[in-house]
This record gives sequence, C-alpha cells and structure tokens, in this order.
Amino acid sequence: MAIYEININSKPYKVDVEPTMPLLWVIRDFVGLTGTKFGCGIAQCGACTVHLDGTPIRSCSFPVSAVGAKKITTIEGVSANVDHAIQKAWIELQVPQCGYCQSGQIMSAVALLKAKPKPTDADIDIAMQGNLCRCGTYQRIRSAIHRAAELI
Amino acid sequence: MEKTASNINRRNFIKLSGITGAGLMVGLSLKGNNGLGQVANLSGELPAFNLTPFVMIEKSGTITIFNTSPEIGQGVFQSIPALIAEELEVSLDQVTIKQTGGEKQFGPMQFAGGSMSVRSNYTNLRKVGASAKEMLLTAASQQWNVPVAECRAEGGKILHSSGKSAGYGELVEAASKLEVPKSPKLKEPADFKLLGKNILRPDIPLKSSGKAIFGIDIAVPNMVYASVAHCPVFGSTLVSFDDTAAKKVKGVTRVETCERIIGKYKYPAVAVIADNYWAALQGRKALVIKWNHQGNETFNSKTYEQGLRNLAKKEGVVAHNQGDFDTTFKEAPLKLEAFYETPVVSHSPIEPMNCVANWTEGNKLEIWASTQVPGDIIDSFSKAYNVPDGNLKVNVLFNGGGFGRRLYNDYIHEAVQLTKKIGQPVKLIWTREDDTQNGPFRPMTFSAMKGALSTDGKAVAFQHKVIAPSLDASEKENYDKAKPDATMTEGISEQKYEIANMKNLYVYADSHIPYVAWRAVTSTTLAFAHECFIDEMAVKAKKDPMAFRLGMLTKESDTKNVLQKLKEVSNWDKPLPAGWGKGVAQYEFFAGQGGYVVMVSKKGTGVKIEKIYAVIDLGTVVNPDTVKAQVEGAAVMALTAAIKSGITFDKGQTVQTNYHNNQLVRFNEMPPVEVHILANGGSTIKGAGEPGLPPFAPALCNAIFAATGKRIRRLPFDINKV
Repeated sequence: MAIYEININSKPYKVDVEPTMPLLWVIRDFVGLTGTKFGCGIAQCGACTVHLDGTPIRSCSFPVSAVGAKKITTIEGVSANVDHAIQKAWIELQVPQCGYCQSGQIMSAVALLKAKPKPTDADIDIAMQGNLCRCGTYQRIRSAIHRAAELI
Repeated sequence: MEKTASNINRRNFIKLSGITGAGLMVGLSLKGNNGLGQVANLSGELPAFNLTPFVMIEKSGTITIFNTSPEIGQGVFQSIPALIAEELEVSLDQVTIKQTGGEKQFGPMQFAGGSMSVRSNYTNLRKVGASAKEMLLTAASQQWNVPVAECRAEGGKILHSSGKSAGYGELVEAASKLEVPKSPKLKEPADFKLLGKNILRPDIPLKSSGKAIFGIDIAVPNMVYASVAHCPVFGSTLVSFDDTAAKKVKGVTRVETCERIIGKYKYPAVAVIADNYWAALQGRKALVIKWNHQGNETFNSKTYEQGLRNLAKKEGVVAHNQGDFDTTFKEAPLKLEAFYETPVVSHSPIEPMNCVANWTEGNKLEIWASTQVPGDIIDSFSKAYNVPDGNLKVNVLFNGGGFGRRLYNDYIHEAVQLTKKIGQPVKLIWTREDDTQNGPFRPMTFSAMKGALSTDGKAVAFQHKVIAPSLDASEKENYDKAKPDATMTEGISEQKYEIANMKNLYVYADSHIPYVAWRAVTSTTLAFAHECFIDEMAVKAKKDPMAFRLGMLTKESDTKNVLQKLKEVSNWDKPLPAGWGKGVAQYEFFAGQGGYVVMVSKKGTGVKIEKIYAVIDLGTVVNPDTVKAQVEGAAVMALTAAIKSGITFDKGQTVQTNYHNNQLVRFNEMPPVEVHILANGGSTIKGAGEPGLPPFAPALCNAIFAATGKRIRRLPFDINKV
C-alpha cells in the first residue's frame, strides 16, 4: 500500500491503495465519483475514459501509481451545470439511451473538440472508435459532436 | 487509509441518501435546478395523498408519478409518466418521477420486456391520470360550489370560468376523500400536449453529466465487495478450493461459496469478499479451485452444429399446418430448398452484472439492482429465501443496458446468498469476462427452408423447419419435447404472405448451455432465414423482391403498409449506381412489426453499407424521437449479430472472453440509418424496442445478393470478404 495525492477535477485527494490499483477503482470506490464507469477492465470499451492533463485515457487500465502530479478530469469535472457545448448538444439531440457508456463518450468528444474545434467525420471516427455503445447511439453522437462544434 | 476511505464512503452515502438512506427508490426531482433533475430524497415529511397508487400529490403541490417500467435505455422514464401526466394536465417538469420496485400496489406490469411497456400501459395509465384529474375537478367544484363543467384542469391547477383557481396541492386532501372514477373520460388525441410529441427525456441530462445512478453506483454503509469465480466449463461441479493465497491479498476478508441460479441450471461459485472491489478481484484470481467437469470439457460448437445439421433430417413437431404442403411441394413445377444458420450471441450490456444486497435481522432483505424485472424479484425471492411479505424491498436503478440480460436474476441470487451468509451488505460485480464467458446467451437457430412456385412465379407452398435448442427447456426441468414450442418458431407462421400451403416444424436439440431471451428473442434469427428465403423465391420467380412480397399481400395489413412505406422512402424503383444492390425484409412477431431496405455497394472484396431505411409500424406513438432512437440502436445491434464473431464454444467453455474477441460494431462502422414511423391509429399498439432487429440481417444479406450475386446463408459473415 502507498499513499497517493491525486488531483481530480481541481480538488486534491489523498488515498492509500495498492500501486497497481487502476485509477478507475480509486475514482469510484475511494474518491466516490461514480460517473466514470467500469465496462471491460482491458481498455476495450472506453466507459472509464477520463482526462489526464486533458488527454483521454482508459482509467481501468491505468495504475494509480502512474498518475503522478498530472491532473485528472472526470465527467463530473466537465462542467458545473451540464452546460459544456458537448453536453448541450447531447441533450438537444437526445443522444443517450441507457446512458452507461455516455460519460466515456463525452470525455472522448470533449477532448476531440478541444484538439479540433471543427472536426470532420473522419476526425470523429478516429476519436470515437475506442468507445463502445451497445445501445447504438453512434449516429446521434456524430451529429451531436458537429452540433457542439457550432455551439462553441 | 481506513480513515480516508471511510470518510469518502460516508460522503458517498450522503450523496446517494435519496436512494439508500431514506429507503426509497430512485427519485428524480425535476423542479428547479434548470429542469435538469437530481436525485432527491422523497421521503416526504409533508402530508401526501395517493389519488391512485401511481400518483401522489403533496399539499405543497409536489406531484409524484410512479413509473413501473425499469429504464433500460428505451425511454420509459419519460414515456410511461407521460401517459399519466397527459391526462392529469401537468407537464413533466412539474412532476417527480419515481421508479417502483415490484410493490404489490403497482400491479403485475413491473418489468421491461417484450416491447410491452407503452402498449400494455397506454390506456390504463391514461385512465389513472384522468381519474386523478376528475377527482381534483370535483373537489374544486364542491369547494367553490359551482358546476364541475365550468371548471378545467391546466398546468397543475383547476381553473374556474370566473377566474378562480386552485393548485392541485390545495385540493388534494378533499379530492382524496372522493371515490376514484371507474370510467374517466380520456382526452382526444388532437388535444394531446405530450403524447405523440418529441418531449425531451428527463434522464438525458443526468446521463450526460455522470449523475444518473446505475446499479453499479450504489454504496451503502458497512458494505463489502464480492468477485465470484464460476467454472468456465458449463455443467461442472465444485470439488474443492484453496483460498490461502486469496486471503493473503490485502483487503480480502472472507471466501464463501454461493450458487448461480439461472433457469433450471444451478452453478457452483466461489466468492471472494474484500473491503474494496479491486482487492476482491485480485483475491478471486488467486483462488485455486478444483472442478469436476463431468464430461462436459469436450463440448464444442463445431460438433454441436454438425449435430444440428444431422437433426434437420428429422420431421420434428408440427408448429403450423395449412393446406397441403407435402403434396403441393412434391408436384410443384418450380421448387427450391436452402439451409440457414445463425450463431449464439451475448447480450453484453456495457454495465456488467452487479447487485447490492443487504440481509438484516428478522429476515429482512433489501436489493439494489439494475434489473428489468422488479416484480419477478419480489415474487420469486420471497419464496426462494423465505422472506415474509413486506420484508423484501427492491430498488430499481437505471439499467446500463438490458437487451434481455437483466430479465434473469442469477447475479442477484449470488449477492443475496452472500449477504445472508456474512450478515453485511454485499456489492457483487461480475467482470466483463464473467459476463462474456458465463452467458446466458441467445441460442443459435438453424433453418431448413422449402418453397414452391407455380409456373407463373406465384408462391404456392412454403416450409420453415427450425432446428435449435429451446429457451423453455433451458428455463424448466419438465420440458415436453413432444409439444410444439412457440418460442422457437416465433413469428414464422404469422407472416402475412398469402401462401396457401404451409407446414412449419420444430426439431428440438438437447443442450446444457444456459439459453435465454435476447432482444427480439427467436425472431432475430428466424427472420434471417425466413426473409432471405422469400428473397430466394423471388429470384426463382424472376420477380423484383419488393413486388414479389407485395404480390403475396392482397389484403390490407400492417405488413403491406410497412413494405409500401419502405418502397416509397427508399425510392425502391429508382435505379442504383453500378456496383450497388438493395435488399428488403420485414418481420411481424409478438413485439410488433418493422422492416428495412438496405443499400450496399461493392468495396474491395467486401461490401459497404451505404444507407439503411427503416420503417416501424406502431399504430400509436408516444415519443417519436425515442422510437427512432430505438430503431437506430436496433440496427446497430442487429449488425453486430450479423457480422461480428458471436459466441462459440470449445473444450466445454466459451471461446470469447471480452470485447476484444467478442466485438461489437464500433463508431466508424455505423452506417446511416433513416427511421420512419407509421402511427396511423388502429386498434393495436405495437412495441418499439424490438421490431427493429429481426428484419435487419435479411435486408442486408438480400442487398448483398443483389450487389454481388452471393447468397449468404450463415451468420456471422465477414462484411469485408463476401
């Protein structure tokens, strides 16, 4: 066990956990933020996507010991009032069905728009293909990312 | 660490207290908060009155509508309350929606399955809202001493023609003393404000911000975590286990056995309990378990499938017989036969199976779960664990996908047995590997097809023989092989095509694999054989596939309407670019009626899906946008089932383990889907969640035939190499 001081959504947290524990379980079970989801445990589905210094990572396969001083953003840190352009577009186009994968989808989409404010369909394909959606909301996600690009 | 962790757990608990602490179900307050909603404590110290079990109005004016259908992504969190709110004359942002948990007063329809939610509740729940409204109107008219005809309800108030008004909260006490009207007057559809409109779903903001609470998000005080090892070889018994290494994992506290109960099957399992989930999982990996495979370790798909092909020679049980198939087929001038095969597939909702259960003194049991069947849990668990009436509480959370998987309570059984054994609340989480390897699964069906045509190309005889393991046989011990099995021949005798001579059959195949319903059940595989073979008959008849189908539909029917709509929206008769092909298919079954036209183009050694046109016939629609979303999603799910690996078995166990080898269609593989809804009234309301699945694969494969001349008779296939 080791003590880690980690910064999540601009707040400092101190946790005493195994160094190999994936960041996902630290966020969910120790910090208590449950918006980040467990789906596969092997970085295949993207439900656990968070940002590490603004870059999307799969927290289920990222050991807490590798975080260091880098800043973590989870879905809870995207906006205070569900008013990020991506979130507004998600609501306007009624993207989620069951909603379970959507935290991860949104984290990938937010990072995409930051890197490419006017993404093409090809850009979206590349940025979003690591996030699975069993309900099949892909078509709406694509439209919502284009819509968010207009809203920014 | 102890301190930090417990502090966090307490905070977590407070955050979720609306669900866990007050002993209530998911409450979603839509008042204030920019209409975005939040999980709220609805325990209500304020006087509240139930005008019917489904509507609670507090004197403060707070209105609560109870939603009986679990939200699995299909939008019932909006569409079911809307049925009540419409007649009650309130908007959805004026009400709090609470999910029921199988409580007797909310009746027998507390489940999400069979595309039943809206159609089974459409009139009943409108009557609920209308009754409450009439009671409030009567209360106001009595209070004001005016004729009730001079009063009207609007926006949560009763208004009088003189300008007087009173909020529902002010009237509710008097209204609650009145008799509930038996046959309240329902609104005319022309006056609807919510039904038939694209009303924004109240759960969407929660699901776009990480605030929606799913089963896996529940935390209760003093909770421990469990990871459960099952034998990968189906049908094994537990001989012994060594937990020495498991117990050395920091955080692991106990190791216990439990039993996974699914249908008629009971599988032994070993659970590692720890103070955090990661520790439980590490401990579980360190278990050394000795299983007895009972001879099941040689089971494999290849041999089993060959067995199904051999079984096709059997006559089977007659599912349907009209005219004289045998003679007509024998004597027909044009005839054809084909054999179709489909795979086993998994449900694979992204939220893995999980459950929090708490057994407390006095035989009290509380369950928190993502589940499609709270009513069934109340009934079956009370019996299975001897919980007295009223001592079992089920909290239904948002389901991270259902697709039929959460109709089955195996993971809930495990959590309940574990909490009972250790006397502490247990949070059990299956891994993705547990989910992929253990099933339950949708079974494969194989189909032997026969068809005959007259010399002028009219279909005169048709036979669909299904060879498959049985869902019913997986469910119960006393399955009778001699009787027809309606689930395994679902829909094949109910298609509207006017073919005079038809004999459909079922050949039962033994199996020891847990097979269950998957979204759209057996229709998802049978429609593939059925509608591809109709296409083969059209080709044999040298007729256009659309014209051939419509030619067999002289009488008015939903099927005919769906095909005609498809013909129109897809510009069916317009020539396609070179290298393109189009295919059509429809299927009518218990859940409803849908159809597709799919267009593909040749691309390298494979094909590219250029465009998907879908038509779903509902009769009446509550939220068109939600229905469109359901069909868009159904197309993706059906595409996965058609072109991805599916589930196979070798050495007695599932070959696939996780999403890397049990793949789902990804973002970049999603073709554009255009959905059209037929909602022209009619006596029957049809479902929305499932009808988008069955006709997809046949429409796709018919399009591939049109483009390439290659007839696909086995799923899955490689779309990049056809």
